[in-house]
Amino acid sequence: MAKRYMSIWFPYLTTDWLTVKQPVLHGLPIIFTAKDHGRLMITAANPESEKQGIFPGSTAADAKATVANLQIFDDIPGKAVQLLTAIGEWSIRFTPFVAIDAPNGLILDISGCSHLWSGEEPYFANILNKLRSRGYVTYGAIADTIGTAWAIARFGKGSRIIEPSGHAAALMPLPPSALRLESEILERLRKVGFRTIGSFIGIKRSALRRRFGEQLLQRMDQALGTTYERIIPLQPQAPFEVRLPCLEPIRNAAGIEIALQKLLSMLCKRLQHEGKGLRTAILKCYRVDHRTIQVAINTSKASRNITHLFKLFELKIVQIEPDLGLELFVLEATQVEDLIAAQEAIWSAEYHSIESPEVAQLADRITGKFSNAVVCRYLPQEHYWPERSLKAYSSLTEKPATNWHKRPRPTQLLAKPEPIKVTVQVPDYPPMLFIYKNELHNIKKADGPERIEREWWLEDGEIRDYYIVEDEYGQRYWVFRSGHYTSDREALWYLHGYFA
Amino acid sequence: MNTLIGNSKDSIISRLREDIGLMEGYKPPCTSLRHISGLEDIETAFRNNIFPTGAIHEFICLKNEHTAATTGFISGILAVVMQHAGVCLWVSTNRRLFATALSTFNAIPDNIIFILVDREKEVLWATEEGLKCKGIAAVVAEVKNLTFMQSRRLQLAVEVSNATGFIVRSDAAKLSATACTARWQIIPQPSKTEAGLPGIGFPRWQVELLKARNGRPGKWIVEWSANSFNIITEQHKHQYTQDDIRKAG
Repeated sequence: MAKRYMSIWFPYLTTDWLTVKQPVLHGLPIIFTAKDHGRLMITAANPESEKQGIFPGSTAADAKATVANLQIFDDIPGKAVQLLTAIGEWSIRFTPFVAIDAPNGLILDISGCSHLWSGEEPYFANILNKLRSRGYVTYGAIADTIGTAWAIARFGKGSRIIEPSGHAAALMPLPPSALRLESEILERLRKVGFRTIGSFIGIKRSALRRRFGEQLLQRMDQALGTTYERIIPLQPQAPFEVRLPCLEPIRNAAGIEIALQKLLSMLCKRLQHEGKGLRTAILKCYRVDHRTIQVAINTSKASRNITHLFKLFELKIVQIEPDLGLELFVLEATQVEDLIAAQEAIWSAEYHSIESPEVAQLADRITGKFSNAVVCRYLPQEHYWPERSLKAYSSLTEKPATNWHKRPRPTQLLAKPEPIKVTVQVPDYPPMLFIYKNELHNIKKADGPERIEREWWLEDGEIRDYYIVEDEYGQRYWVFRSGHYTSDREALWYLHGYFA
Repeated sequence: MNTLIGNSKDSIISRLREDIGLMEGYKPPCTSLRHISGLEDIETAFRNNIFPTGAIHEFICLKNEHTAATTGFISGILAVVMQHAGVCLWVSTNRRLFATALSTFNAIPDNIIFILVDREKEVLWATEEGLKCKGIAAVVAEVKNLTFMQSRRLQLAVEVSNATGFIVRSDAAKLSATACTARWQIIPQPSKTEAGLPGIGFPRWQVELLKARNGRPGKWIVEWSANSFNIITEQHKHQYTQDDIRKAG
């Protein structure tokens, strides 16, 4: 069967996207700029700015000088390809073969597709109208070869649909730049005086090759269809989603559990096959009365362990209210990560480390059950200031960067030091007694002071002189005096912790 | 003949005792288990002369000072339990615990997972989940109160997994019977400094075993010094005071 190709051209792809996103900008001149050799260069301009003489490739400073209300945005690298991919995936409804034609076009292999829209004419109009109605300036063309379709889409005048085997004739009046050539070759062609493709297409191939190189011949062949041009079709990532419709509506927890088991085994089989594990999953339950109930789970590590995932969902089953019954279950893994298959142990290890999967699964269950539970590990930090001497890490695999402090520290530390009343014999001596919450503690033994300074590069404030004190009953406390002794105010004392 | 009968009678009785113990969820200890160095005297209070792991221990704390002492005592035991098998869970509703101090009692704080939840009920749920989990060696839970039913659930969980549970209770007003293997109370005691030197001595506690299933309650004075527990006997104490007197004189 004869091949037919369609080329779609978006001359203002990124600026159109921005105007669609921010309708306020409609009708204003917009440019995208990127830094190049210390200058701001225009990478894209919309029709309004082109009307005022601003084109991509010139400097932004010049453009600013000529147009007062110019809207300047930073270029987003990769945005064009991202948009093309999205549009390409959308256009898979028209043909299974869609390829990205960077920087601003799409190539569709429409062989044997257009009859479904009763002919190429309505097919062509349908695609372009849909894209234009979304706010994108779109041109297109249909021809036997990719090269010709590309050329007609951008340079064609008159009919955009080239009849089968009429592409050679259609190419003749077009300029050489319609052949997708490098600017260097185009310049050489212009110097020789070739203004149209027709003016040089009849020249001997060896002469053309000698003067303009191999690329010109290759592009000519591609446009004329004498060599095959390969395109790489887009392959959209199928979502990790499994569905389970039910013959009879399900109304009880046991039924939901069975459905969940089935869905999980289907999903995990696919994850296993593709070497992935899920981080978040959503179970959507469609009710008979057209309402959807959904529950979500998170795992701290990518997982495809059915029993573990089931346990996480099991905690949430109570949130599912079946009411008149559930008729459809959809389980979707919204976030997946690569997971290398772990080797199964022949016998389970006696010693479990903190990195073993059981521990991670337990952490998942607890955070899954209580939304505001904090699961953390404390690791030492290189700070003497007690509040900063350790830090909570939610990761179970983080290794301590430094050793634990060897100085005596209380087993219970108050989050906020509590003020106490103190009697001190001599300045810089430990207190004789202190009163905390109306209870008098006579100090029998004491150790200190241990002066801990605030880190000046982190915060301002008073120093602390810490004393370990023991009262007559043997109860041990960590108290401190905040700041130096001064003559103008009384020293402030605080209780900060309890020693073992 | 007589002795033979007597022997068999003894052996039958001891076998029956073991059976009853098993039914009560009291497993014979694994051979690989280690003794807690320094606490040998206390271990004799239990069956088989070993600190029972794979059981629930309950600690009564009336004041913050007691909680601090209990934390020290538990972390000394945790060090031994975790040496044998891995990871420990510390479940609580407050952020009082200062992990740095645990390293003074030989426990490795990096291997402890701290879980902070909002309510008592959530503490117990997380504790039970932790005790059931294969990778967890011990769970420490800080709660106000523990009913018989709750303690029974925890006990059933440890019977399956062989993890050790430590329940730190702070509300002594409702001190009901529980299914725990042992009930302890740790009260700080005045420390002893070396021959009248200034400063504070090693942490010293009165360790009281209030209740023990298949064991004898008792009371000891325990000191944490030279990186291990040391039981201070009366004789020891006496010696110290004599020294003091001599020095003073």
